[in-house]
Amino acid sequence: MDERPNKTLKISAAPHLASGASVERIMRNVVLALLPTTGFAVYAFGLAALLSLFTATLTCVLAEHLLCKLAGRPSTVKDWSVVITGLLYGLTLPPGLPLWMVCLGGLIAVAMGKALYGGLGYNLFNPALVGRAFLQAAFPTAMTTWTPAFSADRFTSLPGSMLAPPFGTPHYDQISGATPLAAMKFEQTLSDTVDLFLGLTSGSLGETCSLLILLGGLYLIARRMMNWRIPAGIFTAVILLSGLLHLSDAQAYPSPLFMLFSGGLMLGAMFMATDMVASPITPLGCYLYGVLIGALVVVIRLWGGMPEGVMYAILLANAVSPLIDRLIQPVAYGTRRSKDS
Amino acid sequence: MALSGSAGQESGPGVNAKLWRFHGGVHPPQHKAESTGAPVRRARLPKRLVLPLHQHIGEAAEPVVVKGEQVLKGQMIARANGYVSAAVHAPTSGVVLDIGDYPVAHPSGLSASCIVIESDGEERWVERTPVEDYTAINPSHMRNMIREAGIVGLGGAGFPSFIKLNPGPGKVVDTLILNGIECEPYITCDDMLMRERPQDIIAGIHILRHALQAKECVIAIEDNKPDAYRIMSEAVASEEKIRVALCPTIYPQGSEKQLVQVLTGKEVPSNGLPIHVGVVLHNVGTAYAVHRAIHLNEPLISRYVTITGDAMGQTCNLEVLFGTPIIDLLDECAADMARLDRLIVGGPMMGFAMHTVNAPVVKTTNCVLATTTQAMPAAQTAMPCIRCGACMDVCPVNLLPQQLYWHSHAKEFERAQEYSLFDCIECGCCAYVCPSNIPLVQYYRYAKAEIWAQEREKDRADLARRRHEFRIERMEREKAERAARLQKKKADVAAGGTKQKGDDKDSKKNAIQAAVERARVKKEAVTNEADPSSEVEDSDKKLD
Repeated sequence: MDERPNKTLKISAAPHLASGASVERIMRNVVLALLPTTGFAVYAFGLAALLSLFTATLTCVLAEHLLCKLAGRPSTVKDWSVVITGLLYGLTLPPGLPLWMVCLGGLIAVAMGKALYGGLGYNLFNPALVGRAFLQAAFPTAMTTWTPAFSADRFTSLPGSMLAPPFGTPHYDQISGATPLAAMKFEQTLSDTVDLFLGLTSGSLGETCSLLILLGGLYLIARRMMNWRIPAGIFTAVILLSGLLHLSDAQAYPSPLFMLFSGGLMLGAMFMATDMVASPITPLGCYLYGVLIGALVVVIRLWGGMPEGVMYAILLANAVSPLIDRLIQPVAYGTRRSKDS
Repeated sequence: MALSGSAGQESGPGVNAKLWRFHGGVHPPQHKAESTGAPVRRARLPKRLVLPLHQHIGEAAEPVVVKGEQVLKGQMIARANGYVSAAVHAPTSGVVLDIGDYPVAHPSGLSASCIVIESDGEERWVERTPVEDYTAINPSHMRNMIREAGIVGLGGAGFPSFIKLNPGPGKVVDTLILNGIECEPYITCDDMLMRERPQDIIAGIHILRHALQAKECVIAIEDNKPDAYRIMSEAVASEEKIRVALCPTIYPQGSEKQLVQVLTGKEVPSNGLPIHVGVVLHNVGTAYAVHRAIHLNEPLISRYVTITGDAMGQTCNLEVLFGTPIIDLLDECAADMARLDRLIVGGPMMGFAMHTVNAPVVKTTNCVLATTTQAMPAAQTAMPCIRCGACMDVCPVNLLPQQLYWHSHAKEFERAQEYSLFDCIECGCCAYVCPSNIPLVQYYRYAKAEIWAQEREKDRADLARRRHEFRIERMEREKAERAARLQKKKADVAAGGTKQKGDDKDSKKNAIQAAVERARVKKEAVTNEADPSSEVEDSDKKLD
């Protein structure tokens, strides 16, 4: 019969169209959103910040590459997710932290926070916070010693502590009094809210300037690359809880604004708690998760032994996030209620 | 003033009433303008037409012609086989060349039974008896006529239409929805039909309404088809209880359940049908086909097909006879065969990519989409799910696609079912937005197929288990009977030694009786073995 020779056609599964979204693009945008904060860190802390952030990011990227090779998987460095991990991890560190600790923490972050679970998409906890939690537990003194911001020679010299040899006791040239939270907790003095908002206080490299962090977060929200419900939940819980406490006893409890703009809350709420992999999916689940983090932050800050609680609050909420996803499911079409039958 | 004005608007024809929204949805590039430039014309009459016996949902039709037989245009060549089935008619006059397996437009790529007709080019019709006044026919007879005409849903699914015209006893049809949404990108055949045949569609709607006794009728059109909307609005201006609803463009609005929600605010229950909320939906093309079947007595032998895609030299809509090989359409519309990369039947969201250009157009073929790698690049390599939730945001059924993927991937099918796997309509929104390029719909199809296979396997295993249990029981019973007989024989022998000869007669008689009995039992056992159903029944009784 007159069958034509068949042309070779490509077979594919529907849908044959794609929207063009990609993991790489999302991750690149998160890095972009972090750049103002990173820039401010370098501006406020000088060479120390530059070196710390560079070391942290490089360590994480290298660790990911090597661990992928070790596991016999193709390297996933190109998806940019590990750059976020490295950068975020670096931004949570106190300025002047010895570089060998920066390296060690970064290695732990990627190895135990991400690679161990199977790499991208499988981590239970935010990897950057896993690295930081390890350092907090292993080197509590170094992690709570704060080199002051805006020192005159910050662009010309490095704090001596940074180049301390591994496993030795670092020597600090100049030590600031305390972070705003530590001052609140141990000295009962409150920093000025405007200073907090603009980042004129001391603290971890990337947590000081709430304004720039907020702007970065708003950019991601506008591009629909971040779930705004999570920070909304966190802020609501923090404002409500600390507001009530502040109203009941203004002497003992700081104002909600202080709570919002001090410490790592803004950075944590915008960039850490919103780690897509480690947070719940459903809208209600996200609010719940946010509220849980906010409540834990207030509890740890006001009644805990440590001045800051954002890290542990997020890690704890990460742990319950799969449970939240199991319990809270949307009502599928047509299953609302079987009224007549 | 404002109040009375709005009240006046609501009763006015062609003016939008309240619309609802369904969850999610996406806005892929439309690509509709390419194929709406020219009026619809008839495709060239092909030399050979290949008519699959299975062009619809349900049982394949049964041929009623033989090889070598002369057929006339519109003559039934295969009849509906069972209730859910549809007849097939000769699209033109000619000779039956062959009845056998040919490549068809099916995602499996397998061949299927087809009737091949060589056209004689004369287009001689069978005798037709048009109906002047459809109201004189009772609904049941009308359904039968529609059934005889082989009409199936022309929106894409191909469900036999007469079944949807039978709401069932006690069911009242509040709303008859005429689906002119056509939400898939590229496809414009319904758009063109509404522009060119508004009066015929309205005539079909009258018949459908009569058959259903529907209270009102809504023609749903997306706002990316302003011409169709204007023309249909004008056509219904003088009609009572028929209105046109202009719906904001969003995919997959044309999906049955989603459209019911948009127009009525009601949700069709999971596992349910639109009739359960008093709604029946038909495609506008189906209404047109019904009009032709009743008023002209023409069976369904052709349809409007959108011929489009960037590999097509000429993008347009054609009226194509069923059985026309797709390669003929590619030739007619000057497809660039060198650059042609993917040939999709249906739309880019839910259509399937063909492996051959030789398959024919069938009743459900609404679009032939020929693309190059430029318009439709190959899918990117899938990456791990990052749980971004984009799929959940766009799911029109409000499912958790990433959980379904997770459990389907892990072969945890029960968990997948807990997440309402079977409510998934496979619209592809989730895969469309997935930043990790995961072929999500494929995973759901796989999981559904596995679950169906498991259920069949379980049914078979249950039957086998019951058979086995009965067999064991029977064997034990027989063993016990044998033992009892042996015992008796022994006792008889022992007794016979001491007894006198006079008793011998009796015992012989007994032995014969016993042998007869044994034979009977054996025979029974054999018939039981041969007829497992009776065995199962027996075992059922025993289980009770």
